Amino acid sequence: MTYIGTATSRVDGHAKVTGAAKYAAEPKVADLTHGSVVTSTIAKGRIARIDVSDALQVDGVIDVLTHTNRPRMADTDSGYKDDVAPDGTPFRPLYDDRILFDGQPVALVVANDLETAQFAASLVQVDYDEEPHITDMQRQRDVASVLKAAAEPGANPFAPPKPRGNAKAALAAAAVRHQGEYSVPIEHHNPIELYASTVMYEPDGTLTVYDKTQGVQNVQRYLCGVLELAPDHVRVLSPFTGGAFGSGLRPQYQVVLAALAALALKRSVRVVLTRQQMYGLGYRPAMVQRIELGAKADGTLEAITHDAITITSQYEHFYRQETGWSGLLYQCPNATYAHRLVPLDLPTSCDMRAPSAATGVYALECAMDELAFALGLDPLDLRLRCYSDRDQIANLPYSSKNLRECYRRGAEAFGWDKRNPEPRSMRGGSELVGWGMATGVWEALQMPIAVRIALTANGHAEVSCATSDIGTGTYTIMAQVAADMLGLPLDNVTVKLGDSTLPQSPVEGGSWIAASVANGIVTTSESIRRELLDLAKQVPNSPLADVAPDGVRITDGKLVSNNDPARMVSIADAMRHGGVDRIEQEQTTRVPEDKAHSHNTHSAVFAEVRVDEELGVVRVTRVVNAVAAGRILNTKTASSQILGGVVWGIGMALHEEALLDHTFGRVMNANIAEYHVPVNADIHDIEVIFVDEPDESINRLGIKGLGEIGIVGVAAAIANAVYHATGKRVRDLPITLDKILQ
Amino acid sequence: MINFQFTQATDVSDALRQIAADPDARLIAGGTNILDLMKYDVERPGRLIDISHLPLRTVEETPSGGLRIGALVPNSDLAYHPLVEERYPLLSSAILAGASQQLRNMASTGGNLMQRTRCLYFYDTVTPCNKRVPGSGCSAISGINRTNAILGTSEACIATHPSDMCVALAALEATVHVVGPSGDRAIPFADFHRLPGDTPEIDTNLAPDEIIVAIELPPKGFAANYSYLKIRDRLSYAFALVSVAAVMELEGGRITEARVALGGVAHKPWRRMEAEAALRGGAPDRAAFAKAAAILLHDSRGFGHNNFKIDLARRAIERTLTQAARGTPQIQAVKKIR
Ligand SMILES: Cc1cc2nc3c(=O)[nH]c(=O)nc-3n(C[C@H](O)[C@H](O)[C@H](O)COP(=O)(O)OP(=O)(O)OC[C@H]3O[C@@H](n4cnc5c(N)ncnc54)[C@H](O)[C@@H]3O)c2cc1C
Ligand code: SF4
Repeated sequence: MTYIGTATSRVDGHAKVTGAAKYAAEPKVADLTHGSVVTSTIAKGRIARIDVSDALQVDGVIDVLTHTNRPRMADTDSGYKDDVAPDGTPFRPLYDDRILFDGQPVALVVANDLETAQFAASLVQVDYDEEPHITDMQRQRDVASVLKAAAEPGANPFAPPKPRGNAKAALAAAAVRHQGEYSVPIEHHNPIELYASTVMYEPDGTLTVYDKTQGVQNVQRYLCGVLELAPDHVRVLSPFTGGAFGSGLRPQYQVVLAALAALALKRSVRVVLTRQQMYGLGYRPAMVQRIELGAKADGTLEAITHDAITITSQYEHFYRQETGWSGLLYQCPNATYAHRLVPLDLPTSCDMRAPSAATGVYALECAMDELAFALGLDPLDLRLRCYSDRDQIANLPYSSKNLRECYRRGAEAFGWDKRNPEPRSMRGGSELVGWGMATGVWEALQMPIAVRIALTANGHAEVSCATSDIGTGTYTIMAQVAADMLGLPLDNVTVKLGDSTLPQSPVEGGSWIAASVANGIVTTSESIRRELLDLAKQVPNSPLADVAPDGVRITDGKLVSNNDPARMVSIADAMRHGGVDRIEQEQTTRVPEDKAHSHNTHSAVFAEVRVDEELGVVRVTRVVNAVAAGRILNTKTASSQILGGVVWGIGMALHEEALLDHTFGRVMNANIAEYHVPVNADIHDIEVIFVDEPDESINRLGIKGLGEIGIVGVAAAIANAVYHATGKRVRDLPITLDKILQ
Repeated sequence: MINFQFTQATDVSDALRQIAADPDARLIAGGTNILDLMKYDVERPGRLIDISHLPLRTVEETPSGGLRIGALVPNSDLAYHPLVEERYPLLSSAILAGASQQLRNMASTGGNLMQRTRCLYFYDTVTPCNKRVPGSGCSAISGINRTNAILGTSEACIATHPSDMCVALAALEATVHVVGPSGDRAIPFADFHRLPGDTPEIDTNLAPDEIIVAIELPPKGFAANYSYLKIRDRLSYAFALVSVAAVMELEGGRITEARVALGGVAHKPWRRMEAEAALRGGAPDRAAFAKAAAILLHDSRGFGHNNFKIDLARRAIERTLTQAARGTPQIQAVKKIR
């Protein structure tokens, strides 16, 4: 293979850096109008009155849409359910007078230009009948609803797993126990691109929608549901996405507002949210997790209990399986889990990079570190003593698991063996030095997907699929795989994605697209090859006349016999004799369910922190992240994914927190000056290692995907390093200096 | 943001005329603060008077051996000015501790003095805030106040002044030169910013119809023994939780003069002459620094989230004085604390 596995630069890189790549707010549209959203300033209640008269007076304002004058919308919940909606009653933007959360859209001012719309939006007067709200998880902990464990594995992948053994008894009998409560605040995705939609009102009344999303077909179906439109009335495009990290899995409200306005005004409308409004969208749920571990004196685990309390809105029950990671990862005969859900007057929480694992594994891996200290064992040694070659919940072997090698290579690159186990024992001048480590784990999922390939006689291929490239490099890996499968130079492959009219794709999330779409390309390429072979056989005295369908491969623009490479027919000849100048195939690929294995990616994260002893200032000076994620399609884009995950993990550990004022039910640091993410100065050396992990059963190319694994374990490794440096265990994130000095 | 008029001043007297003629007008220099405030509807000026073209961009030596810095000298130019780097490295260092390179390129010397608090409620027009709407109440006192003040607070307001540069200017005892309808005046730096008292809406003693034209630094720059240390929630590009500007003169192992100013803890750069007097004549040791810190922080009060600042400030004062005494000032480009 020429391209798969190499550090191929992004095929869309040039377009991105030159601005040729157009994002959702950028297409040039004739006669475009601009919408500015007015959002609620209370967290719960009803709109008593909206006065839009001042706004309408402003020169250049075309209309103000509210719940009182909007076009018709669906009046059943099913109309608002998107492909990945959780249980509950989905939010209906601009539907009625009910306010469910602060930051909820209540009006859209449409004007000839953005500035006029924004100014007029500031003149919209909204009076509310306010009702008492609750946004504080701590106040609701005791009334949280209990999520039932799944009756059988896989029944509800998000509910806690079924317990095994008797954790309570095992804990009571354990030689060494550790118990801790770990908390994570609300975190926001903060993609650099603001949520935006450009809805083009076509002459025939249909809508062409440029939207920022991780799933064009999800948005397309959703809009048809909400607006009660026929499927062929809405086309959704999202050729480029400036980051989303899970916030774009579900359609966001601006696309509904823009489409409503386009229908009402019969004009094209663009709506871009402000940075502040982005904090009124979904978020990583705040959570408190309690973990209890019991072990024998030799460090083998006897019992695990993992309880989680997470937050959601009052109208939908979003949750993920925080607790299951604990039961999965390590050999341990007894495990129980509990998950309670706290509904608050906030928007529904949602997926954010490695949902449930970034948080669940954070708690587990801090607890494991604490257990290691309680046992007097090296934290890495403890992990090795508890190492499991089987998925402990499903009790199945893995299709591949090379975590051991992650530990080995990560530790070696980091120099872990030079660690003095004693907290506060390592120093560099005025700084205490701490080394911490953690394990990471994520799922290797695959989804049914359809891929179309059109191959022309001159050796060009167009590969298309309705998936998205959310910045991960999907365009590039699709081109690489197609080039290798079709034996073409990379430049001869064009990739089309992000268009709802293209062949079916799931939303881009869960790290499943690389594996799914690559396999889709393999399957469709095979159909192309077979069709080519049929054509090649029509060549007079065809050298491939008696070759079996799978007896050829395509290389260098030729169909070549596997057994006798001297026998070949060029693509051009095959097509000419077959009387065609292009062939096209579309196949849906569904990886057969493998009930004999579990499929996961793993990582070992090692972190060094330096903490000023007097002032508590933390510097993360080194991180090594060794990842086992099957075959790496592109070492360059893959390392970028892991680097980004590590940077985010540093932010999760030290910086990120939405500050909610519970009196107002409002996020007070709704901007990226005050909502801190790491800046350059916070980032030092990060080394990414990909460990070999051949996997013959997972799919044809042995691909697992790695969008999420990079963040998992990072916050724990840093928290553990801070403890090793200072002797201070901070269990609630972010680890700010005041908590260290306390 | 509301609609507004935009005019350019042709010279200082034109700016003065324009501002006197329209009480609803605001000056714009670098625009890095006023524009943000306008986007948040915190400032709603009917007119912006652009002063960025006025000839106030020079740094000149004064006859007495000090420096006169034009109000429009960009923060970056000032930080990297050879005379400032050589004679007033504290000022360079404090400027470089603030904001980002891009912001410092735009931000002006005068604008930096006039920047408003970063109290989260001040920026959010939905919440009560006495500084934004006098009499509406202070949401921070019982709300999120991690970054708020611990010294010189009032019932009405616990906001801090967010500038780094101003902390150095306070320690250097700069003078603010302003012009108004009735002529020039010079305001000692210590009298420029105010404590909130009952009128938190008024940040400074600059009259609404006055303009800052220059900052004057006295000859003494304390280039040998100084340090600016800023403690914040990430290693760059965040406002100070606590910052300390410390300078001193040493002779024969004794402190002959010392000054300490704190940022991030009060409505203005915080100095106490008694603390400096206590240092004078003594040895530059930890015990002396601890005593100075105690005096500086006497009467400090936390409001919940910011309680930690009291202890943090004490530690930071002692550390910064140590850095200054040893001649090992904090280097802003290096995030390790010396
Ligand atoms: C994201 C961000 C981070 C920041 N971080 C820091 C930091 O860490 N530390 C720090 O110190 N600062 C920080 N700043 C603030 C920055 O230093 C100030 O915004 C800047 O100094 C203001 O200068 P300006 O010229 O842009 O002022 P402008 O925005 O133009 O004006 C600010 C105010 O000053 C008035 N004004 C301007 N010039 C004069 C004059 N000559 N006479 C009278 N009034 C005048 C204006 O009318 C206006 O009210 C940050 C800013 C941002 C946006
Ligand atoms: S501290 Fe001052 S600025 Fe902050 S809310 Fe209170 S009055 Fe407003």
